[in-house]
Amino acid sequence: MNIYVLLKRTFDTEEKISISNGKIEDDGAEYIINPYDEYAVEEAINLRDAHGGEVTVVTVGEEDAEKQLRTALAMGADKSVLINTEDDLEEGDQFTTVRILEAYFKENEPDIILAGNVAIDEASGQVGPRLAERLDIPFVTTITDISIEGDTVSIERDVEGDVEKVETSLPLLVTCQQGLNEPRYPSLPGIMKAKKKPLEELEIDDLDLEEEDVETKTRTLEIFLPPEKQAGKILEGDADEQVKELVGLLKNESKVL
Amino acid sequence: MSKNILVIAEAKDGELRNVSFEAIALGKKLSEGGEVIATICGDGNLENYGEELIQYGADRVVTAVNPELKTYTPDGFTQAYKAVIDQENPDGIVMGHTSIGKDVTPKLASQLETGLISDVTEAEEGDDGFVFTRPIYSGKAFEKKIVTEGLTFVTIRPNNIASLEKDGSRSGDISSIDVDVQNIRTIIKEVIRKTSEGVDLSEAKVIVAGGRAVKSSEGFEPLQELADELGGAVGASRAACDAGYCDYSLQIGQTGKVVTPDLYIACGISGAIQHLAGMSNSKVIVAINKDPEATIFNIADYGLVGDIFEIVPKLTEEIRNMKVNS
Repeated sequence: MNIYVLLKRTFDTEEKISISNGKIEDDGAEYIINPYDEYAVEEAINLRDAHGGEVTVVTVGEEDAEKQLRTALAMGADKSVLINTEDDLEEGDQFTTVRILEAYFKENEPDIILAGNVAIDEASGQVGPRLAERLDIPFVTTITDISIEGDTVSIERDVEGDVEKVETSLPLLVTCQQGLNEPRYPSLPGIMKAKKKPLEELEIDDLDLEEEDVETKTRTLEIFLPPEKQAGKILEGDADEQVKELVGLLKNESKVL
Repeated sequence: MSKNILVIAEAKDGELRNVSFEAIALGKKLSEGGEVIATICGDGNLENYGEELIQYGADRVVTAVNPELKTYTPDGFTQAYKAVIDQENPDGIVMGHTSIGKDVTPKLASQLETGLISDVTEAEEGDDGFVFTRPIYSGKAFEKKIVTEGLTFVTIRPNNIASLEKDGSRSGDISSIDVDVQNIRTIIKEVIRKTSEGVDLSEAKVIVAGGRAVKSSEGFEPLQELADELGGAVGASRAACDAGYCDYSLQIGQTGKVVTPDLYIACGISGAIQHLAGMSNSKVIVAINKDPEATIFNIADYGLVGDIFEIVPKLTEEIRNMKVNS
């Protein structure tokens, strides 16, 4: 089976965010594989182990994403592709990312594409469904279970806390939700092997795309931090007194009751 | 210049979702005096929804009907909405950033070859059209975005844009189109309800959330009772989910759901950055924790130092008494 994973490099979830020169300060920040994409890598490896084939991890981004691709290879993926837009794209949005991925997949034949259901940085959640539409294949988002028999795919997905059982067929794109699996840590032999696994680097020119094909439809004007929350009032007294005071405050001061 | 805005409404368990009314309010603002057309699709009997959408500010309603639209599928609903869009040719589209909204709008935007600004919390008029604010890094920061080409297509986060006052005297045209739906490639076999009483975490006005200190799945019961008393929903920290005390669908944080209720009551949650990212933009935050040094107190409006198993039941009772007496 031809298994592909869409991967994004993101800030670690424990990073504090600050802004300098109108941009998110990334100096010294720790990066990780977007946590939802990690579920996708893990599931891709499991599907390959069950059905045979190859796992290729694809990212659209900058040179530095190589580290996260190597981590995916160390987990057990077979090949990786970095579509490097550093020199060609000043600004991207979901439309442009999908144009690039579409061009890439036109030259490859995926049986299944796995992605995270959302990236924890920009959190648009658009790339998966948008790409499926461009490739004219079905998609299922926020999956928590998947099994494949022949061309039939049985899926469980999380819909606002309820479980929806879906049946569909290959080729297919899915986006992964927490609970799907427990991503493995790369083993030491895995890390050693990963160094020798293929990491192909492509640029927009390699994909038969013109610059005007990847012009954005939206633009970011400004990035800002929310006003810092002031620490509030610690209520005094025993449990009964605290509770009485709290209910009074919620009712009369903040008027939420 | 006035514009025509299409609002895609949705119902859950036989009732229109609040976020659909909020979408109408935004649609009205974006229309600048133009027409706000609401649409809803289903397998029939959509007239009552139509009337309510008008009472909340829509000028006109177009329903899209086909037996295949009884339950949501990306293929089915996209075809229905596309038929309405083709008929109405709107300048902008607004939908709630709900489970269905998140699923269907990227597909629709991809088909229409337009941009999509998702999870919007605010909109204001700027020099080059409307400027939309949306959270990034789960609310650790925000960005302001504009549409540079094509249709204005946005989804809005529930609970952030105020809906218009319901006006029972408003009337408007409700028309229906029979849409052609074919080639549905994903079949819904079964839906297993796991959530209680229909208060959805992302739309809840009140959330009672538990952390590791809840200690077990039974430990969530007093929290659920408090949530029920307040008409709210129960959530959890990653620590509580990882420990197996509750389902991952309840997780609030940078991984998990990002919520902005009017009232957030954090019970035995220490306040890891990953959790704070998911809830710190709530309007009023109450923290209950044994440890007076817990980070959660730094962002709480009201802090109670003590045992959640002592305080939470007392709080439920106090609120019950308050209701009886008022």
